[in-house]
Amino acid sequence: MAVIFDKSISGRQGVRFPTSDVPEPAPLGEAYRRDGDAPLCELTELDVMRHFIELSHKNFSIDSGFYPLGSCTMKYNPKLLETVANMPGFANLHPFLPQLRRGCMLTQGALHVLYELEHQLCAIAGMDAFTLQPLAGAHGELTGLMLIAAYHRSKGNDKKEVLIPDEAHGTNPSSAAIAGFTTRSIPTDPETGMLNVDALATMVNDQTAAIMLTNPNTLGIFNSDVDKVVEIAHRFDAQVYYDGANLNAILGKFRPGDAGIDVMHINLHKTFATPHGGGGPGAGPVGVQEHLVPFLPTSRIEKRDDSTYQLNYDCPESIGYIAPFYGNFGVLLRAYAYIMSMGREGLIEASENAVLNANYLMNILKTKYDLPYDRTCMHEFVISAKNQVKHGVHAIDIAKALMDYGFHPPTVYFPLIVKEAMMIEPTETESKETLDAFAEAMLAIADRAEQEPGTLHAAPSSTCVNRPDELKAAKDMDFAHLD
Amino acid sequence: MSYVGNTDTQRQEMLARCGVDSVDALFEAIPEHLRARSFDVAPAKSELEVIDELSRIANRNYAHLTNFLGGGFYDHFVPSAVGAICSRSEFYTAYTPYQPEVSQGTLQAIYEYQSDICRLTGMDVSNASLYDGGTALYEACQVAIHATHRGRIVVDGGVNPVYRKMLYCYTANLAIEFEEIAVTHGQSNREQIFDSLTDETAAVIVQNPNFFGVVDNHADIVKACHDRGILVIQSVYPVAMSVLATPGQIGADIATGEGQSLGNPLNFGGPYLGFMAMTKALVRKMPGRLVGRTVDRDGKDSFVLTLQAREQHIRRNKATSNICTNQALCALRAHAYLSLVGRSGLRRVADLCYAKAEYAKQRFAQIPGVEVMTASPTFNEFTIRVPMDAGELAGILVERGIAPGLPLGRYYEDMQNYLLVAVTERRTKHEIGLYAETLESVLKG
Amino acid sequence: MNPSDRKYTKSHEWIKVEDGEAVVGITDYAQEAMGDVTFVELPSVGASFPKAGDCGVVESVKAASDLYCPVDGTIADVNASLENAPELINQDPYEDGWLLKLRDFDESQVAELMTADEYKASLDQDS
Repeated sequence: MAVIFDKSISGRQGVRFPTSDVPEPAPLGEAYRRDGDAPLCELTELDVMRHFIELSHKNFSIDSGFYPLGSCTMKYNPKLLETVANMPGFANLHPFLPQLRRGCMLTQGALHVLYELEHQLCAIAGMDAFTLQPLAGAHGELTGLMLIAAYHRSKGNDKKEVLIPDEAHGTNPSSAAIAGFTTRSIPTDPETGMLNVDALATMVNDQTAAIMLTNPNTLGIFNSDVDKVVEIAHRFDAQVYYDGANLNAILGKFRPGDAGIDVMHINLHKTFATPHGGGGPGAGPVGVQEHLVPFLPTSRIEKRDDSTYQLNYDCPESIGYIAPFYGNFGVLLRAYAYIMSMGREGLIEASENAVLNANYLMNILKTKYDLPYDRTCMHEFVISAKNQVKHGVHAIDIAKALMDYGFHPPTVYFPLIVKEAMMIEPTETESKETLDAFAEAMLAIADRAEQEPGTLHAAPSSTCVNRPDELKAAKDMDFAHLD
Repeated sequence: MSYVGNTDTQRQEMLARCGVDSVDALFEAIPEHLRARSFDVAPAKSELEVIDELSRIANRNYAHLTNFLGGGFYDHFVPSAVGAICSRSEFYTAYTPYQPEVSQGTLQAIYEYQSDICRLTGMDVSNASLYDGGTALYEACQVAIHATHRGRIVVDGGVNPVYRKMLYCYTANLAIEFEEIAVTHGQSNREQIFDSLTDETAAVIVQNPNFFGVVDNHADIVKACHDRGILVIQSVYPVAMSVLATPGQIGADIATGEGQSLGNPLNFGGPYLGFMAMTKALVRKMPGRLVGRTVDRDGKDSFVLTLQAREQHIRRNKATSNICTNQALCALRAHAYLSLVGRSGLRRVADLCYAKAEYAKQRFAQIPGVEVMTASPTFNEFTIRVPMDAGELAGILVERGIAPGLPLGRYYEDMQNYLLVAVTERRTKHEIGLYAETLESVLKG
Repeated sequence: MNPSDRKYTKSHEWIKVEDGEAVVGITDYAQEAMGDVTFVELPSVGASFPKAGDCGVVESVKAASDLYCPVDGTIADVNASLENAPELINQDPYEDGWLLKLRDFDESQVAELMTADEYKASLDQDS
């Protein structure tokens, strides 16, 4: 379909603004002015609506179907959250209001939400304090690593190395590098699918600033030695960072804080059901144990004796400003409403069903697909297209074929340590009928891989485009439609 | 309420398939000594109760003040169709468009958004979004440092002080040196900026309009920098870009900014929209996602995520940035907004903002004891000096229903009596008059 | 298929000494594994690198691979035609798809690298 700029008709207008009720001012000096108009499109409101609705028809979403994208926790996003986020008392609130004299009193409702959410996250994760400022999971990782750097600096230690399991999300080593650390990879034990604690013990030393851990890891396996990892790290005063991307598996069952984890982040857009919006926004609150509290970003929300809330900007040891204000408030608010609506039992039930759904699906799929780590999984599991590769069919072909059955494909080719990986995370909000239909499609594809592999190479056939040429995209570098 | 559909019967069937007799058995990997010691979350509430409770909480916020607060975050009008478009589930509940065949909607929308940003800023290439204007500025510094292999950054004192604080926070553990040059008469101090440039300078950061609302043409700074192989990063206010000289026009290398003003509500600080655009020469250093246009197997126009080898999921510790989740939905809102207001509409918004701000300046200039800073031209925001502590004054005006602007004392120690006043197209002549009258009566005592 | 007139590294670079210079590229195995190369970042002429030093990047659609200098040396030349035609690396990794030339390099380190047969054996072992 045409890009919106090609639909533009000179002279059309989509929005009418009021006529000016003030005198015409002297124009700005020529030197300050733009050469000609910004060439934006000229369309009516209906033209624009039709364009976007046509675009929307070319998207797959949770509300349109099963979206088992591993590691992304594509669970249903309750509409209640939108009602709350759109309340004018929240949506129209200017972030600088608290900076006026006695300004915190003007935003007590918003500060209440932030304070209470912080404390709920503490209860959920077993940590001593949270900052809600990080704007996404990777931003949380960066914040956490900056807290660790500040901690070591405060003790006069120059620790430079962060150890990261080889199955970790790419953001882990990337965040560590950006926080000023060097990184080293910890091998995964091919037998257990977990990081090898004995190997780790030989790698940790005085130079180790932190170990980053995802638990359950990206293979969907819970590492029952997590407390031993903490113990090994703490021998050298290395901090243990917990990537909470997979928290949806363990609500009410395991709390990172109880195992002695020093720092962690939570992806609210995963576990707490805030919409992913085509890639964002998210929120990545960071939790810490008491010894790291002084370093948390400025400002801190506090509750006064009279039960009102205030922002404390007097944080001498703080790492400073990692966000302009208090975090992605709109996302935090949705997560708060979600937790309120789920309650204690609802959260536990969510994790239990996420794990049940994953194990159920895994047990069906392993009849035709290679399961490199065959053991009870948590909220997700990784299968391999190894058996299908023998017939020339790869993970990407299976992914594309799934689209013709009306499903979003799983995450493919991640984690990197599994060849031809397909990472499947059904989430708790999918029912058995959906899982059965998906499993049936996957098994049918496995049969086709043996009998008619060519049809899989040709897939998908039902989508609006078929395997766009990525090489051409990288070479042409056409990133914008300009006149 | 857990939004779970499986019935008890279904669960039993599923457990049987897993070869276990209880859900607990699936959690055996978590040993007893590692089980949660507590899980102190309140019991569930119904949807009705949640909405009631949160309405009550929302009502404790003073969101209905007549708003003259800005400082980089503005109370602009958002056309109804923006919400109608962006609340479509197909956009709202999709994830990152990793699979192009089922994500052409998001991908084309991002491509069009990238085009909007290029058209607004006059730059060659925009990414798919960053978290906010401050992180965008930090990412721009990283681009400059990697492109020039130099480690010093000169920061104009007119750059938003919140962003400056963010820059210093992010680089605390890195070998990057910043030098700040205070403004003179509200504008960039050329002489001192030029003096500060050395062979180690990677970039100069300027902002237009700057934090004090002052507009500038930084072409002379660009020229001086380019003569020495230094890049120029200009942080801009996108609404003003419909009338002000663009980063492309003055020859800047990287343009960044906060896109909240483009159809995104104030939301008490987020989610916002960091945008970044640059010259094509720098594109390999671009942080974040990029959508490119290509064709599919049948030759049909298609859009894909491209140049992904820069990104964290491939390059890991050597990526240009660690960003993964971005602000796609806020970018979609910006694109919907720009498509709706269009070429003349955005200029109209800017003209209204400018006219109303000029009117407010005129009104305030007539109030005894109030001095409007007029040494340099401004766009929709300006500074006034009042004969008392500006924070104190703001506190009084709030009680009369007016958020009068941002007291500058927190950011500039010598500006305790200064207030930064923003006027958008939403403010009427009547509201501006009421503000002026109230201010006058308060100062009279 | 790996020419025997040159030496090989574990990180899949080849190095061939001719006329006092050492030509460096990536192996056929490496280009095959990467897929279509879209971009190559090469060092500045005159820059010096230690053995195994990080001296460039080869990018394809879905991967990025660091280029490690096979031996201590100084960059004498880089293959400028790769800028517009990175596909040369896929088409002809051992001749037209060369990446850089070294001067003042450590010949004794070249001698320590793998022969074509040894390299082939190491690949067979890995798979």
